[in-house]
Amino acid sequence: MIARVPWGLLVFVAALFVPAVGSRYHTFVAGDVVIWALFATSLNLLVGYTGLVSFGHAAYFGVGAYVFGFFCVRLTRIYFAMLTLAFAQIVWAICFKWNEVTGGEQGMPEIPYPDFGFVERWGARVPLLGGWRTSEYYYFVTLVLVAASLFALHRIVGSPFGRILTSIRENAERAEFIGVNVRRYELAAFVLAGAFAGLAGGLFGIFNRGVFPDFAYWTKSSEVLIMTLLGGMGSFYGPSIGALVLILLNQQIVSYTEYWPLVLGTVLVVLLFGFPGGIAGAVGALAGRLFRRLRSA
Amino acid sequence: MLEVRDLAKIFDGFLAVAGVSFDVPGGSIGAIIGPNGAGKTTLFNLITGHLRPDRGRVVLNGRDVTGIAPHDLCRLGLGRSFQRTNIFPRLTVFENVQTAFLSHRGRGWNLLTRVERLYRDETLGLLQSIGLADRAHEVAGFLSHGGQKQLELGLALALEPKILLLDEPTAGMSAAETRDSIRLIERLARERGLTLLFTEHDMEVVFSIAERITVLHQGRVIAAGAPDEVRRDPGVRRVYLGERH
Repeated sequence: MIARVPWGLLVFVAALFVPAVGSRYHTFVAGDVVIWALFATSLNLLVGYTGLVSFGHAAYFGVGAYVFGFFCVRLTRIYFAMLTLAFAQIVWAICFKWNEVTGGEQGMPEIPYPDFGFVERWGARVPLLGGWRTSEYYYFVTLVLVAASLFALHRIVGSPFGRILTSIRENAERAEFIGVNVRRYELAAFVLAGAFAGLAGGLFGIFNRGVFPDFAYWTKSSEVLIMTLLGGMGSFYGPSIGALVLILLNQQIVSYTEYWPLVLGTVLVVLLFGFPGGIAGAVGALAGRLFRRLRSA
Repeated sequence: MLEVRDLAKIFDGFLAVAGVSFDVPGGSIGAIIGPNGAGKTTLFNLITGHLRPDRGRVVLNGRDVTGIAPHDLCRLGLGRSFQRTNIFPRLTVFENVQTAFLSHRGRGWNLLTRVERLYRDETLGLLQSIGLADRAHEVAGFLSHGGQKQLELGLALALEPKILLLDEPTAGMSAAETRDSIRLIERLARERGLTLLFTEHDMEVVFSIAERITVLHQGRVIAAGAPDEVRRDPGVRRVYLGERH
């Protein structure tokens, strides 16, 4: 019953209204959450579904961001095509990850937003399409792309391919003996998860108005892993919930203490010991119990 | 159907399997017996590609399959069940068997279709024939030990094997479960025209269904033949039956 509500769609529509209802700051935080939700969900394809724990997922995120930075500083007008191209260019971009290209430690500051002038010109007469700030247009683009990616990931997880990944997580030896080429499927899961993480990284590069080496640093990988665990890797939407909660928590706590890592550690320990299924697992169990009680009453 | 020639495996200088040869003709039911540590499971692992032999050959239907990967071997019509129960514990019984169908029929790379209804009839039909139809939607890990063994048989059968290797199919079962499961295996083998090769420690089971028995002791074949011959063999009585009685 609870599962029949199209939660994904509801959240998507609600998120569309953030720039209209909230402030610039709210839009900024929402954009951050949306990008990290995709990043964390892409990681969960590996950790939650295939049973492969990755501590290096930020590599894809970082590479995606650099691919973007690389193109963005040169070819300012064709972002839309480039967004899709980023998928295919990840491997290629690794080869280009040297100083002259990536800017080394300095990164690539001042990546411009895509040019939304054409939307302004063509869409001025359509209600709701004109009159937003560039950052808000970018938020809409991000939202649509992330929603489309999450939809694709959701389909993948519920497909025969997703089932094979789950069987590998459950018992790789047995999977091998029902004819599954385990290595090849694991590789495919890595490539897919990496592609979506790369897209998230590309989006983040523009969102952040610059790309820096620490995007690909291991702490980013651990951040996204924490989001996935916090939200619950047993559920498809868990990592997105984790991204939302962690970013909001960070924003709140950083404003009055510098000991954010301490708070984060405490929250994490409590969650992992008290609720091993993460937030999604805990909410699901609670909802199930309430539902049973309502039915028996 | 299956020919094993001079197969050998050494672990850290210990000769676990020391040059074993035997044949399993098509349509027959063969058994490999031997005391614990005789090398039965190692021999199986060598045949099914889990371990790479140090010497010898495995020929399946005239084709040399020595040391090829398990997932390739499945496609050539060799199914296997394991001594330690080996299923997908957190999937349902239905999903377990359905996954085997998906994999075997090459649907695993489909990323777009919804998985739920694929091979529904085939899966339910197979569950019916292994006696698990009414438990289709239970989580596999919660089945009884006997139930999990049945399910494992189902996973192997979904691959439509021509020859089925069963490693101690009745291990850990009660006497009643053992009887039922032997009857089930025998019936399925007959219905599907399967060739069977199994290892077993329960003598009653072996002598009731096997047509040919190979006796393994310390990694070597010490006797082979029809049940009666093997039962009378003095060497077998000494090293194997003697140990038990």
